[in-house]
Order: sequence, then structure tokens, then C-alpha cells
Amino acid sequence: MDLTIIQIILVIIVAFLAGVEGILDEFHFHQPIIACTLIGLVTGELIPCLILGGTLQLIALGWANIGAAVAPDAALASVASAIILVLGGQGESGVSSAIAIAVPLAVAGLLLTIIVRTIATAFVHFMDAAAKEGNFRKVEMWHIIAIIMQGLRIAIPAALIVAIGAGPVRDLLESMPAWLTDGIAVGGGMVVAVGFAMVINMMATREVWPFLAIGFVVATIPSLTLLGLGGIGVALALIYIALSKQGGSGNGGGGNTGDPLGDIIDNY
Amino acid sequence: MEKGLKLSKRDRIAIWFRSMFIQGSWNYERMQNGGWAFSMIPAIKRLYKTKEDRSAALQRHLEFFNTHPYVASPIIGVTLALEEERANGAPVDDKAIQGVKVGMMGPLAGIGDPLFWFTVKPILGALAASLAMSGNILGPILYFVLWNLIRMGFMWYTQELGYKAGSKITDDLSGGLLQDITKGASILGMFILGALINRWVAISFTPTVSEIKLDEGAYIDWENLPSGAEGIRTALEQQAAGRSLSEYKVTTLQDNLNDLSPGLAALALTLLCMWLLRKKVSPIIMILGLFVLGIVFHVIGLM
Repeated sequence: MDLTIIQIILVIIVAFLAGVEGILDEFHFHQPIIACTLIGLVTGELIPCLILGGTLQLIALGWANIGAAVAPDAALASVASAIILVLGGQGESGVSSAIAIAVPLAVAGLLLTIIVRTIATAFVHFMDAAAKEGNFRKVEMWHIIAIIMQGLRIAIPAALIVAIGAGPVRDLLESMPAWLTDGIAVGGGMVVAVGFAMVINMMATREVWPFLAIGFVVATIPSLTLLGLGGIGVALALIYIALSKQGGSGNGGGGNTGDPLGDIIDNY
Repeated sequence: MEKGLKLSKRDRIAIWFRSMFIQGSWNYERMQNGGWAFSMIPAIKRLYKTKEDRSAALQRHLEFFNTHPYVASPIIGVTLALEEERANGAPVDDKAIQGVKVGMMGPLAGIGDPLFWFTVKPILGALAASLAMSGNILGPILYFVLWNLIRMGFMWYTQELGYKAGSKITDDLSGGLLQDITKGASILGMFILGALINRWVAISFTPTVSEIKLDEGAYIDWENLPSGAEGIRTALEQQAAGRSLSEYKVTTLQDNLNDLSPGLAALALTLLCMWLLRKKVSPIIMILGLFVLGIVFHVIGLM
């Protein structure tokens, strides 16, 4: 599928927003579920991009910038794979090969982020100089330039993919054999576990492990929707907190850091 | 004590808005320092009038700073209170301000990371993703609206809390409410994760374990059905009565595993991933590895 000039401009604006958010992590335009959907919206391929976004969101569930560490880059992964999905013109059946492309892109985006963050080091020295003069506008200007640079980090690769055009992208996708795309779909079903594992590793304490078990078992009832499960989860949390307050001193501050299954995993 | 210089609500709203860009010039030397100074500018403009004071204030707010971007808000609040005191002549020196910033950023990051990145985001993300994957546009809309409401509300409320509580904020945060919220959120989070592992980690082993020829009458006898629409009706009636479609009952490895509990392989895989993560294996390597594994298992017919 070929894009009109207006569509191309909108795609690049979405890519820019995703790039900015990739560092800010505030409005979450870079989250796959938002970025892919927006790309779908401006190109008229809403539903396939929506499905791609939802699927990537699950893979990216545990990706987060913590401290100085940088997570795999959801911004480039979602924007570029959505553009490739649209250009490929395969609709919903192209989703699994778009995901296969997204993962290496997340690594490439990670490298770009590191480069930009290194360049930003120079900018704060310009800010130092401006601060010595008491020049507010210059301090603000360098901060905004740094933000723009983060936006370009995604906007430029997006523009490049659009520039290469639909033809080569479609050829690339069509040259993928069935065993490869089917295999990737099988892998995609398992990859979600990595995101879950990252989240559990952060949340797990001795206290909350049983709730994972309850959730796992209850979910085998097929007629329970996620909303229903959410209701059970909220109720359990409220009951637990209410009861632990009645329990008196025994349930005070101590013992919350233990993580027995985690210890087993660690020591294994 | 009557204060001569005071930050207006408008100033604080401007600072709140600017603090949403605190990571914009994130760098490897002093991390969020540029964004921090950028956020403080409305306060510096209000509180300091001479060029020397303004320059000194800008420089002291370009010191190293890094925390979770949302919990920077209470720290900003406290710093605003301190700067206000200082501008009104109280003996608050640079060291005190930097000390408060550094003292609060570690513990608060310890609250912000698990609360937002590992509880609110996965839960919202998972619910929204489930809607999106079935082609429902409500998924992304719900995620965007709820996430930003929670985030903006949290940032404004905690910034005001910090501003009002001044240097006493650390006591407030060790109080009960925030702990309850954190604990409740992680209970809900673990419960939902348990459910999601079962529902969404898709592993299906395809090898056939057994093929049993069924007794006559247990399957639909396609050869001897009446012809035309009558035959289709009879076949459907027989299927509804519980007859098998073919004369062999095929049991796959997955059927056997499901008899234990559906999703067992998913749980095992998740625990394996947790173990690998704790052994410092990079998640990206694991993701790529699982794709390779998926392709290999599919080609040899295991999945």
C-alpha cells in the first residue's frame, strides 16, 4: 500500500511523538498499544495495527527504564513494525511477521537511545554556561533541543522506512517461507512469558505469591472474563488489607521482603 | 512569620506541567538535572529578582538528580517549600537543598518503579491489550485516558503534598496509606499475572500420543448418511448427541497436559524466565531465543 503525502507527514508526526515519549515516559505515546494504533489511524489500517499494538504491548509489558538502565525501545519497535505492516498490505495476516521484525528493532532503538543520551551530556554543559549568565531562555532552549533530538531518533528511521517504499517491504515479507512465519507465531506465543517474568520478579514477596497461584487456577475457568478476574483481584486485595490490619502486631512491618519461591529459583 | 515571597497556585501548576518533561535531556553525566532545572524555572523567576541570585539558583538546580519521573513531584514540592523559605531569608543553604533531593530520590524511586512500571502499567496494558487484540478500539483509548489520569493526578497531588509538608514529607510517605496502596496493587498485580500466564502464554504441544479406533455408533458414519440437506441435518444431530467426527479418537500431548491443568507449560516457562532473569540473562536474548525455539519446535513438529 502506498501512502499519500498527508499520511506520510502524519506518520512522521506520530513517530516524533513516540520518540519524545520514549525518553519522557509520561504520556505514553510510545507504548505499542498507542503508537501502533495511531499509525493505523492515520494510514487507514486501523484494525491490523490495533491487533499488532495489543500483541506487542503484551511482549513489552515488563519493559521499563529503571535508574540509568535503558529498556528495549518500544517506540522504534512499535512505530517501525506498524509502518511495515501497513506498507506490506497483508492486513491482519501480516501481524506475526511484523512482530518478528519489531524485536530486533527494539534493540536497534536501544542503541539509538544510548547515543542520544550521550549527546545530551554535551547539552547540559551548555546549560551550565547559560546558568552562569542567569539566562533562563538558553537553559530552556537546550532542554527543548534535547527533547526534539529524542523525537528525531524515531522520526528519521520512520521516514527512511516510508521512503524505501511499499515494494521492497512487501517483497521482503512475501519471501518469508511459511515454516518461518508459523514458527515465529509459535515463538510469539511464548515470548509473553519473558515480560510476565520481569514483572513478577519485581513484585514478588512472600506475602503476595499465593495470589499468583489463585489467579492461575481461577483463570482455567473459561467463562470468567478478565474484567471478572479483575473484580476478584480487587476484592482479594481489599479483604487482605482489611484483615491484616485487624491482625495486630503480628502483621506489622516485618517479613515483607522474603520471597521463598524466588530464593528457590536463586539457589537452584 | 509573614512571608514576603510566595509561589502562587499558577506557578505550581506551571511547574507541575514542566515536570512532565523532566527526562527530556536525560544524560549519562547528571541524568535528570536539565529537566529538573527546567521545572524549577517558574519558581526561580518568582522568588529571585537579581541576576546573581537567579544564576546561583539555576546552577544549584543543575546538580545530579535521578529518580522515577513521577515521584520527582513530591521532591519538587519539598524543594519549592525550601526555596521559598530561603528567598524569605531563612538559613537554607545549597547543601540542605541538595541533601533533601538526594535523600528523597532513592527511597521514592523504590516506590515509583514497582507501583507504576510493575503494577499499574502491566495491569492497564494487559487489559487494554486483550481488548486491542480482539480488534476493539476501546483498548488503546482506555489505556491512554486511565494512564494519564492516574499519572497526572498522582503528580499534582504529591507535588502539593510535598510543598505543604515541606521538609516533613519523608514522614508522610512512611505512613500507612501509600503502603496500603502499594501492597493492594501488588496483590491485584500478582493475581492478574497468574491469570494472564494461564490465558496468554500460548504453548501447544502437537505430537499425537494415541489414536484409538472408536466403537461403531460412537462416531458419525459418513458413508451411510442420507443425501443432501437431510444428511447434513442428521450429521449435525449426531454431533450434538456427542458422536465423534471421525472414527479415530486422537489425543495430543497437549490434551494430556490439560488433564493436569491447562497452562502448566506456560507456568513452567514463566518460572524458567524468572530464573534466567535472576541469572542476569538479558531479556532481549531470551526473547530472541524463544523465537528461535518456536521456529525449531515448529519445524520438528513438536509445537
